[in-house]
Amino acid sequence: MADALPLLRVREVSKSFGAVAAVRDVSFDLYGGEAHALVGENGAGKSTIVKMLAGVHRPDTGSIELDGTGQDLGTPADAKAAGIAVIYQEPTLFPDLSVAENIAMGRQPLGRFKTIDRAAMVRQAAQLFARLGVSIDPNRPARGLSIADQQLVEIAKALSADARVVVMDEPTAALTGVEVERLFAVARSLRDDGAALMFISHRFEEITALCERVTIMRDGRHVSTDLLTDITVDEMVRKMVGRDLGALFPKQDVAAGAVALKVRGLSRDPVFKDVSFDVRAGEIVALAGLVGSGRSEVVQSIFGVDPRDTGTVEVVGKTLKPGSPKQAMAAGVALVPEDRRQQGLLMELSIERNVTLPRSRSLSQLGFLTGNRERREAKEWTQKLKTKYGRLSDNVGTLSGGNQQKVVLAKWLATNPKVLIVDEPTRGIDVGTKAEVHRLMSSLAADGVAVLMVSSELPEVLGMADRVLVMREGRLVAELDRSEATEESVMFAATGQEATL
Amino acid sequence: MTAVELPAPHRSSLDVVLRARELGIVLALGILVLVTTISNPRFLSGQSIRDILLNTAILAVLAVGQAVVVITRNIDLSVGSVLGLSAFTVGTLLQNDNLPVVLALLVGAGVGVVCGAVNGVIVRYGNVPALVVTLGTLYVYRGITYFWAGGQQINADELPAGFLDFGNATLLGVPYLVVIALLVLVITGVVLRNYRVGRELYAMGSSPQAARLAGIAVGRRTIGAFTVSGALAGLAGVLFAARFGTIDAAAGTGYELNVVAAVVVGGVAVFGGSGTVWGAALGALLLTTIGSALAVLEINQFWQQAIVGGLILLAIGADRLVAVRVAASLKKRGSHVSN
Repeated sequence: MADALPLLRVREVSKSFGAVAAVRDVSFDLYGGEAHALVGENGAGKSTIVKMLAGVHRPDTGSIELDGTGQDLGTPADAKAAGIAVIYQEPTLFPDLSVAENIAMGRQPLGRFKTIDRAAMVRQAAQLFARLGVSIDPNRPARGLSIADQQLVEIAKALSADARVVVMDEPTAALTGVEVERLFAVARSLRDDGAALMFISHRFEEITALCERVTIMRDGRHVSTDLLTDITVDEMVRKMVGRDLGALFPKQDVAAGAVALKVRGLSRDPVFKDVSFDVRAGEIVALAGLVGSGRSEVVQSIFGVDPRDTGTVEVVGKTLKPGSPKQAMAAGVALVPEDRRQQGLLMELSIERNVTLPRSRSLSQLGFLTGNRERREAKEWTQKLKTKYGRLSDNVGTLSGGNQQKVVLAKWLATNPKVLIVDEPTRGIDVGTKAEVHRLMSSLAADGVAVLMVSSELPEVLGMADRVLVMREGRLVAELDRSEATEESVMFAATGQEATL
Repeated sequence: MTAVELPAPHRSSLDVVLRARELGIVLALGILVLVTTISNPRFLSGQSIRDILLNTAILAVLAVGQAVVVITRNIDLSVGSVLGLSAFTVGTLLQNDNLPVVLALLVGAGVGVVCGAVNGVIVRYGNVPALVVTLGTLYVYRGITYFWAGGQQINADELPAGFLDFGNATLLGVPYLVVIALLVLVITGVVLRNYRVGRELYAMGSSPQAARLAGIAVGRRTIGAFTVSGALAGLAGVLFAARFGTIDAAAGTGYELNVVAAVVVGGVAVFGGSGTVWGAALGALLLTTIGSALAVLEINQFWQQAIVGGLILLAIGADRLVAVRVAASLKKRGSHVSN
């Protein structure tokens, strides 16, 4: 199926941003009629490779060859002209323009006097959608399309440009199962028509379902390129992380101390009812349950960002007023929220500002924030957490997902919490950073911090928690000791029926 | 994968809504004219209509240029000052020489091209919001005019008769000024709607980031849009000189706000990406008509500002309402997998 000669060759490309080398001497080949996966942890340099192919960044050294001739991809227009189409995780459409116009932008069919032939443009779009087997009205504006449909429009765009190389940067991150299936069907037909496909994803089951070949990157370097038939998922993970995964759940045994967080009869109609539990110093307690069972709402109510109807919360013997995050923070509670982009970080502000934000009061002198103290504190904590960044003054938004999560953690750990509440601490971050976050939680517990963790990932719950609290439909239905907690017992409690695992 | 039936191309709901948007202005205009005429039939006299059209012509030329800039998610506040500088330049030239009218128009537009290009270059390379840049050049261009004029005023009797005739003469009963405004409107409207360049301006305003990734020369188009706005402001300066005959350094002061108001009332979204120059021109006509109607209805002129302000709020409110409705209806029309 695949051609013998590579369609696109990436040869020893390097790219640095300031002092940070994002990509170093990476080479790989893409073949027509083949889907090629590019995997690596967050910050391994995948996105930089994509941007080089898209003409957004120009490689510092090295070259990109198409059909054996070197390409100078200095602008997105160059990449487009060379037949490379890039589909980003967040589609880049023009919301005010019609779907047909989005597809044809820059290549609109022309009629008399070089005017745009709208009828032909709409017809072309309709034909492309027919070929893709989807029905999107070409006349409707792009505004309001679901992410999945937007990606299909992007693919139609690539088709209309006769793109021979199609790069998809984590296209499935925001899609549902059915939508992923549809996307893959389209991707396969593109591939079978002879296009070279490059596919980036964190999900191995998708990679094995779609791709023939995989290139693994780590720390900006090329690790290996293999046929997927020659490599197992375990091997891929090991190559990505560069170490064994045995250390993914580095739980230390700690003797639990005094009760640090005491929750009694917490209710908020209709989200949760009569929730009572304790967390002791040095303990990691997981709050498990299905999505929507009320876990996040409980912890937000404890922290005071959500209201509560009845019930009491005590932190080290001190009763917290409802609805006062300020008092909760003063009492030593820290909450690392679920959605770091919306709730955890101010994406437009610098790393140091984000880290020191909850303590801007204690760091200020006579009411003024002096840059030095902020910088010193921020440096200390980001180093402790091994955060990778260019400069402390860079916007947090420029960091990779895993590093953003570390900044959120640094922000709250710097407040020296007695009770640390983490909501889905490792969602959307890569395996290596996951292990680091777990190690951090474990060492915090060893230092006597009480950790309450909300998590939907069973391996994380089982690997990290001393005790597992299971919620179902707003009620606490089970409390399982580390020795009792198994996938079956947790799922049974969470669903209320015998799990078929 | 099997082929699906091609959906029959039909007018999208958004298209219909946009049409309705301009229909709204026409309707408001109709009601205004009707009410005013009932109260005072002189409102529809030939002279009154002529005055309205002549004043609209100048405002509409400016509004068309402004719409081009606003569609790209920018704004040009310097148009009043450019109009003043152009009018004074042309007036000074005509004091000494009897230039043909066409040449005068070209000189005025040329002054505007330079001013507009300066705006565009600063916005493009300075990476400064257009609001700030053109607020700065508003004062700079006006300052240059004041410095040059030094308190001197050009009067109608100093201008060649041919030029003043041009301000009043008609072509088949239509004043030249209106003919020029219509030409500007039609050409700009067609370019924006039917040419790639025009669509790229909409694309830039709709999503600057996507425009860059789509390979659109965003920088060049930005400079281009400001240059067009400048050129039209310069042209409007010549029309202003021909219509009023008296030019001092303060000519066109405060016009920029009328222009922006016309564009907004005409349905051009301030965040770019949508709206038409037809709407902007209709907005100019509506605002001018309100001014005349208030005079005829013997309503205090001071009310005019409050009414214009209310109209702007109404226009923005209507747009917001429509946007919410459209968004809701579009969400429902997702795609379906065909088998």
